[in-house]
Amino acid sequence: MTTTTTTAATATVAGATAKHALPGVRQPGMTKGARSMYLALLALAVIAPAIGLYPVFGMKLLCFALFACAFNLLLGFTGLLSFGHAAFFGFAAYAGGWLVKAWGLTPELGVIAGALVGAALGLVTGLIAIRRQGIYFAMITMALAQMVYFVCLQAPFTGGEDGMQGVPRGKLFGVLPLDSDLTLYYVVLAVFVGCYLFIMRVVTSPFGQVLKMIRENEPRAVSLGYEVDRYKLMAFVLSAGLSGLAGALKTIVMGFASLSDVHWSMSGEVILMSLLGGVGTFFGPAFGAGIVVALQDTLADKVGEWVTVIIGAIFVVCVLAFRKGVVGEIHAFMERRHKVSSK
Amino acid sequence: MTEIFGIPLQAFLGQLMLGLVNGAFYAMLSLGLAVIFGLLDIVNFAHGALYMVGAFAAWIMLDKWGVNYWAALVLAPLLVGTLGVIIERLFLKRLYGLDPLYGLLLTFGLSLILEGIFRDQFGVSGQSYAVPEALSGATNLGFMVLPNYRAWVVVASITVCLGTWFLIERTRLGAYLRAGTENAKLVQAFGVNVPVMVMLTYGAGAALAALAGVLAAPVIQVTPLMGSNLIIVVFAVVVIGGMGSILGSVITGLLLGVIEGFTRVFYPEASNVVVFVIMAIVLMLRPAGLFGKEG
Repeated sequence: MTTTTTTAATATVAGATAKHALPGVRQPGMTKGARSMYLALLALAVIAPAIGLYPVFGMKLLCFALFACAFNLLLGFTGLLSFGHAAFFGFAAYAGGWLVKAWGLTPELGVIAGALVGAALGLVTGLIAIRRQGIYFAMITMALAQMVYFVCLQAPFTGGEDGMQGVPRGKLFGVLPLDSDLTLYYVVLAVFVGCYLFIMRVVTSPFGQVLKMIRENEPRAVSLGYEVDRYKLMAFVLSAGLSGLAGALKTIVMGFASLSDVHWSMSGEVILMSLLGGVGTFFGPAFGAGIVVALQDTLADKVGEWVTVIIGAIFVVCVLAFRKGVVGEIHAFMERRHKVSSK
Repeated sequence: MTEIFGIPLQAFLGQLMLGLVNGAFYAMLSLGLAVIFGLLDIVNFAHGALYMVGAFAAWIMLDKWGVNYWAALVLAPLLVGTLGVIIERLFLKRLYGLDPLYGLLLTFGLSLILEGIFRDQFGVSGQSYAVPEALSGATNLGFMVLPNYRAWVVVASITVCLGTWFLIERTRLGAYLRAGTENAKLVQAFGVNVPVMVMLTYGAGAALAALAGVLAAPVIQVTPLMGSNLIIVVFAVVVIGGMGSILGSVITGLLLGVIEGFTRVFYPEASNVVVFVIMAIVLMLRPAGLFGKEG
């Protein structure tokens, strides 16, 4: 009995390709192994600046990791591929930055505003995009995101081609100055952990179980009386809101927002992060974000335009041979070992 | 000077013509996209990159080896078609039967690779391609001065589109193709070599994109990014038209090009987004697209 439930639970997290997930089965809480792994990772993240991690790089990584996890809420746990998530990330990056810079909002309000702007944009995009499914959904989100890109290119407050420069970090709650990289690093880490737990909570909630059922078998969900479109829209808004939060947070960290945040290549990058790390796993997208950001950071000055080629090649390899992603493969490996040992 | 809605007639018709030229490219690309999607179940993001490679192939041939426009019009599509066949054999073949989303992701990766290579070689600034001598200059029609090359682009692409339509809807080969779209296994059982047909279809689609690229080379700047920027608009065109009908996608393409041209006259700021706005409206009113079937 224990074996079957664990297998079902592992299969559910093993990615969008898993076919054996039992919709509606409540996933057991975090396993002991997972909990200790998370604690170890958290401890590592806390001491990382002391053992040589450059805090700004760490913060950038956490922002993109959050973005990827938010994206995965949609692709991994609802089965919807949005090819336009840069719109929420980038537009909120501008909106949050503008509110902090021009209106003098405190950084936490800027980030919250970014999340709200992302969610509002997600609501509009979602209402239009969920009218079609599968491949059309991807194309529609991409087209709508391109529209947002052109708006950002032309709107006066974004600074157009130059981007929005010189966004101040300000004081957290109007009290704690964030000028020190180290202080801000811990704030960003706290935000990331909070959002990560929130995503986990959403996915393991009854609401999250319905999302998974939609992913596995949409007609069945409809026949069971669920209003599938409303669930999809809710997931879309949540994902867009969290993406917006990540975008605004990135603006606070880096001090600028630019057109590349809202460009279609950013939508592609976040897909790659999820795919590389493991679609439908909790930690995979964050891991994938780490690899992609680190890769871009180290390669940028060395190989020039070849970064794009390398990213493209990773895409191709992932799709052809590595569809479960790193974390997904690890899950699959553990599951195989588990099966062998229990025989 | 004659004016329409306060706009000089000449400028008005000029923009209209430019819209028609853009529409011709939308039509050719969405046609190729629809044919590939029909048989391979893959939304070919790389279509834009292949269009870009076609334009660059023409430019390189002229710049490096002095191969003229007319030869490039044949050679570039052949070259890119071959590239398409290679792509199908090496990559796409492995994805049949999987979720079509993987095809989109794979071709997205491929277009990043192609784009990156061309950006490394040629930078992001545009290269200009001289209009061939026989088509340079303009004809004065009395009410407007029509640049010959633009007229040629529109006529040539409409001819190609109609030719493709004829090939698919009215010939035996086209019948195989349509049957393959409906039920590939059954067609295979009747002794048609479906894998080869699929390979050649992708190659032909790629060649069509390259042909559009060569046609476009003299009217726009040839840049590595020209493909991706266009393909997203073409996606919107495809969503508006629905991928079910060939003539439908041609008409939608031309129509949206013209609408874009009009927008450029009356409200230039919106010309980049008008296609996407129309897409949103069509989705609200008729989710399956103008020519699409429900479902």
